[in-house]
Amino acid sequence: MSAKVELENIEKSYGATQTLRSASLTIEAGEFMTLVGPSGCGKSTLLRIMAGLQPQSAGEIRIDGTSVDHLRPRERDIAMVFQSYALYPHMSVEQNIGTPLRVRRLPTAVRLPVLGRLVPGQRTARREIQEAVREVADQVEIGHLLPRKPAALSGGQRQRVALARAIIRNPKVFLMDEPLSNLDARLRVTMRGEITSLHRRLGATFIYVTHDQTEAMTMSDRVAVMMDGEIVQCASPQELYTNPQDLRVARFIGSPEINVVSTEETARWTGQPLPDGIAHIAFRPEAIDFTPKSAGIGVDARLLRHELLGHDVLVFLQTDQGTEVTGRIPAAQWSGLAVADGQIAFTLRPEALLAFDPSGKRAPLPFSPDGMMPADRMLSHAS
Amino acid sequence: MSKTRQAGAGMRYTLGQFASHAFLLALAFIFMFPFYVMLVTSFRAPQELFTPEFNWLPQVFTGAHYYIESLTATPVLTFMKNGVIISLGILLVQLLTAIPCAYALAKFEFRGRKLLFAIVIFALTVPIQVPALPLFLGLNAIGALDTYFAAMMPFFLSVFAIFLFRQSFKSYPDEIIHAARLDGMSEWAILWTIVVPGSVPAIAAFSVFSLTSHWNDLYWPMIVIRSNELMTPPLGLAYFADSESGENYGALMATATILTAPLMLAFLFAQRQFIRGITMTGVK
Repeated sequence: MSAKVELENIEKSYGATQTLRSASLTIEAGEFMTLVGPSGCGKSTLLRIMAGLQPQSAGEIRIDGTSVDHLRPRERDIAMVFQSYALYPHMSVEQNIGTPLRVRRLPTAVRLPVLGRLVPGQRTARREIQEAVREVADQVEIGHLLPRKPAALSGGQRQRVALARAIIRNPKVFLMDEPLSNLDARLRVTMRGEITSLHRRLGATFIYVTHDQTEAMTMSDRVAVMMDGEIVQCASPQELYTNPQDLRVARFIGSPEINVVSTEETARWTGQPLPDGIAHIAFRPEAIDFTPKSAGIGVDARLLRHELLGHDVLVFLQTDQGTEVTGRIPAAQWSGLAVADGQIAFTLRPEALLAFDPSGKRAPLPFSPDGMMPADRMLSHAS
Repeated sequence: MSKTRQAGAGMRYTLGQFASHAFLLALAFIFMFPFYVMLVTSFRAPQELFTPEFNWLPQVFTGAHYYIESLTATPVLTFMKNGVIISLGILLVQLLTAIPCAYALAKFEFRGRKLLFAIVIFALTVPIQVPALPLFLGLNAIGALDTYFAAMMPFFLSVFAIFLFRQSFKSYPDEIIHAARLDGMSEWAILWTIVVPGSVPAIAAFSVFSLTSHWNDLYWPMIVIRSNELMTPPLGLAYFADSESGENYGALMATATILTAPLMLAFLFAQRQFIRGITMTGVK
């Protein structure tokens, strides 16, 4: 049970401020798609528009090829999990989980608070709902909490109730709006694993919103990075990391942040001016290589400080031109490193560099990938 | 455990706390004294009333004498029945109208919402005395004077309730309402089964306010009610005091006691529920 979700040029504006400008995205059936971006980038708005909780100003949403723009939230066959869990505070866990089924399977008269019990012919339906609730609650391991009220549950348990309430309807599409951000760090790691295994088990389409790049990178099939109301890049997590199409994406994905240096400085390293149309050169901390005499672009730098992370070491450096860059090397390599007078030299492999034009868009690399030569003999290609 | 700690804290009352408690006790005495006089007069012989010295307790205890007299000589129970019908009727319609209005003002986006809310605030400043004459003429024109309807109608729409509930609904989390919409509930179901249970303290507070003010209201019933069998408690009491037993203070006070008792008792019992209702909503 899964569905393909297509967003076409979705726009949303509140008065003069435009929170979404022409967001287009295709989410394949059964895919785990994450929308990630800094707060205020419009990712939650986009999710609410998909759910039908807010109307879009322009654009079309299709689920399995048919437009759902005119459908109300209940008719879209979508379930949603909220950051604040959004459980009904006055209902027990059992009633909370059962609500979607009660609303769909029991006629209105039966659902009336006291009188509903008197309507005949509802026993089977009620028993079926009760069984479904029990089954789903066991799936997310909250079977023993059914009689409790949400106020008596921990954050993790509440999130499980919210998941169970979404699962019970067996929807084709799950929307999740930062479901883990109210949980503590340890629980977040556990729930991350549980949500991905839930996705595998249900096979439904998951659309997950988060501002946490770790969640985005670890859980998803594909990640759509949103900035300022636009989808800047949509690709697999690995692709986003190694091949960002926009400087903002490069900066947002990866920790510690990607190193960005000006073209002037790069030109000084290589001894060659860089062609016009390139404004920034960026490289990941792993691209910094301290092995002496290794091939690539040689750079002299001063060691500012280092951070031991157990397996890895983060090395904070300042180049002769004053730019600060960060390197990440295995701890074993760090202990064997020779630092004389706080000065340290490193090399960069040209193919590890990423070039961006003045507007931040990715540009072709001006270095020849096969020219793995010392810096002074690097060739530059105008492009 | 906590009790002993509280007792320990009690030992350290400061002078300021003594002063404020003394002040509060004095106020409590001033407010309670008329009730005490009402109660004690209903139990004492009439000749004790006009003696120069004041006695805290009746010299001659008349027991239930004036109560029996009050219940038999005047239609006290009818007054009470009318009071219940009118104040509950008003409250019911007020809740049924104000809750949807307040929900729309609190949670829906629509053109003119701000203007409508401004009108609500403005209407809060208009007392019943202002539209009294047109209302009277209107009720007279449709021949509805001297009915339960006439006594209730002006209070059916309570802007105070709309204002109070709107404030309460506004603080209800949007995400829960969104979840309910995705779960498939209609807007009416969301309002009555999700939002209203979350606003019980506000609704209870308003109910108390509404019930007391209409149980005790003398002004409007005096204008529209003529027949004895439709009189509300204060109107009945006023009528009774004027005409039949102007001199019979004991019976008058007994009647007053009987008529104020339901509200007093309801308050005493509901007080605990209130506090619980208010503390329960603190838990999210």
